[in-house]
Amino acid sequence: MALSHLATSSSRSAALLRPLSSSIYLRRPISTDTTPITVETSVPFTSHQCEAPSRSVETNPKELLTFFRDMALMRRMEIAADSLYKAKLIRGFCHLYDGQEAVAVGMEAAITKKDCIITAYRDHCTFVGRGGTLLEVFSELMGRQAGCSRGKGGSMHFYKKDSNFYGGHGIVGAQVPLGCGLAFAQKYSKDENVTFALYGDGAANQGQLFEALNISALWDLPAILVCENNHYGMGTAEWRAAKSPAYYKRGDYVPGLKVDGMDALAVKQACKFAKEHALKNGPIILEMDTYRYHGHSMSDPGSTYRTRDEISGVRQERDPIERIRKLVLSHDLATEKELKDIEKEVRKEVDDAIAQAKESPMPEPSELFTNVFVKGLGVESFGADRKEVRATLP
Amino acid sequence: MAAIFQGVGAAAALSSSPSNSFDSKKLLFSPRRSFSVKKGASVVVVRSDGNVNLDLNPRGRRAQQLIANAVATKADSSATSSSSKPGHELLLFEALREGLEEEMERDPSVCVMGEDVGHYGGSYKVTKGLATKFGDLRVLDTPIAENSFTGMGIGAAMTGLRPVVEGMNMGFLLLAFNQISNNCGMLHYTSGGQFTIPIVIRGPGGVGRQLGAEHSQRLESYFQSIPGIQMVACSTPYNAKGLMKAAIRSENPVILFEHVLLYNLKERIPDEDYICNLEEAEMVRPGEHVTILTYSRMRYHVMQAAKTLVNKGYDPEVIDIRSLKPFDLYTIGNSVKKTHRVLIVEECMRTGGIGASLTAAINENFLDYLDAPIMCLSSQDVPTPYAGTLEEWTVVQPAQIVTAVEQLCH
Repeated sequence: MALSHLATSSSRSAALLRPLSSSIYLRRPISTDTTPITVETSVPFTSHQCEAPSRSVETNPKELLTFFRDMALMRRMEIAADSLYKAKLIRGFCHLYDGQEAVAVGMEAAITKKDCIITAYRDHCTFVGRGGTLLEVFSELMGRQAGCSRGKGGSMHFYKKDSNFYGGHGIVGAQVPLGCGLAFAQKYSKDENVTFALYGDGAANQGQLFEALNISALWDLPAILVCENNHYGMGTAEWRAAKSPAYYKRGDYVPGLKVDGMDALAVKQACKFAKEHALKNGPIILEMDTYRYHGHSMSDPGSTYRTRDEISGVRQERDPIERIRKLVLSHDLATEKELKDIEKEVRKEVDDAIAQAKESPMPEPSELFTNVFVKGLGVESFGADRKEVRATLP
Repeated sequence: MAAIFQGVGAAAALSSSPSNSFDSKKLLFSPRRSFSVKKGASVVVVRSDGNVNLDLNPRGRRAQQLIANAVATKADSSATSSSSKPGHELLLFEALREGLEEEMERDPSVCVMGEDVGHYGGSYKVTKGLATKFGDLRVLDTPIAENSFTGMGIGAAMTGLRPVVEGMNMGFLLLAFNQISNNCGMLHYTSGGQFTIPIVIRGPGGVGRQLGAEHSQRLESYFQSIPGIQMVACSTPYNAKGLMKAAIRSENPVILFEHVLLYNLKERIPDEDYICNLEEAEMVRPGEHVTILTYSRMRYHVMQAAKTLVNKGYDPEVIDIRSLKPFDLYTIGNSVKKTHRVLIVEECMRTGGIGASLTAAINENFLDYLDAPIMCLSSQDVPTPYAGTLEEWTVVQPAQIVTAVEQLCH
């Protein structure tokens, strides 16, 4: 049994854990065992203009259990956001990521916090993967002061500068040139890091994407364009929107790799490969074959353009959390009960964060005018509406 | 690209030394707001009080703190020496280049992106020679993809680089409108202050010499609503260099509007390091009877009209507003309080232009001081025609300005 591996715990929840004795029934520390395990990915990679990496991925119990916990956390967070939206605590747009967690988690496992990630509006889980806290997520969703953007951004504008997460963008496709700009800055400062610019199958048809790809290939930028292909651009299936749905091939002269996006280990392998490639040879496209269980956003039921059978079929066969659960159980890294305990723990964490976020106050009225311009210039600027509103720069 | 180097003849006629019509020594020192002098101030900001003709000593008035790591320049010498060096003469595009070059030398994170800015030297020669000096990574030739390279500039700025994005013609930046509006203007706000976008977007715009409708656009009217950006328009070599440098040093995104016909203006500018305040208007000619607010090329039409007006006995006060967003309502307000009559002369179209906003702003804030309704002379609401005579009629001409002043002051 895996209990013998549990002597010391250095997991994220370590602070909450009592020293392990026999009271394991409440909490389950994540194993620190790093003995390598080799797992085969579900499907081989398909490549375009490059050599596909091997199907065998090195991992270890600690990593697998971390994957499980992180994905369970993200899943629970998104489902909680669903309920909050229906309770009208979250307004506007809310795009949920459940089903696609493997992409966020697998990517984080392959890179460091110095590499940049930029994505579109389905950013809650990517933000958490980059180190964002649940409190920041829920506060921002509810528009409170404790949010990561102080309540002024909303669901589509999560950013975390200190871990190089550049958002969080509402306009489809506009983040890809920004991502290539980040890669350009990395090349300019010669710091051997890469940028992952994520976009969806809908954004893959944007012209600015190809413009940015052209420039990145021309200037040899360490940019990795990741297409999270969940097969639907809002309500339009990919075969109705794209003449060539082989998004990894669309780079033409830029190499591409197609990855099973529901397999966190495959994602990890692909991202590792991509990072090495980008640092040496310039841009590469990764297509993550993934799926979202919810509709495009909370205003979309998600069942008018696809059948419920399809959704439940994917959930049964390809669910990322289930895959890791099976792996953990088959390698005897934890018991069923322990995994259920992790899920309970995660649920509690989410509920606590929501409760805390609900207590966070709404932003002050003066916050309306902060951060429009940057302070620190030592000059005053007078707005047109000089009597009441004045944007002061210092 | 037939219309690249044009307007030399016309520009020379509107050259920047109409100083004979007013006495530059009789400067009006209306009480200005005081800038706090911070420690470690390093660069002299020379307030441009009527210093169109720079044979005068540039007054090293107040030092302003800009960035903590600003290199200390000859701030002391220009403040103390009363007879500073006479300066050097150059054309406006050379002044822009000088400003850009100095900033690129001073700060290695400044880079230039644009079409044909590198090896070609820039379609208006503003970046000539910079690629050989600073290399291809700092002076980047981009493909013709405004949307994406503006986006890339903004992305690079988010990390701390200071790109200067050039639109070969401002009109082309309409293709990058989404990036400028949503990302450039708003990211600082939507990220709760985490990211700053110290980008400069510059390029020539305005009505040129028969360039056609699509190449004669005045984008300041389209961009003025975007929150979070600053807009400035340069009109003389002196303020072109100063504004360029200030824009690059600013932590906010700045759009610097140049004008196709003003690139060959010649003026004498100081040798020492100086910058112009981004939010400040320039007093071109102090006066008593009417305040004429203008910017960019129309400044020269106004000064030409001013000559005629002076001969007719009027005393117009001419202010080059320079800062299109935000308006320098301080300078403007003081002037309105003095003259009680306002005429706005602009090159934007009538509908939704800078003049329209300025009219609203002045009415809102200074209605009590006005003796007559504000008059606004703008270009006609038409696409700029190709034919020379028609093009002349779309833009405001000096004769119209004279008539307007006479009407206003009757």
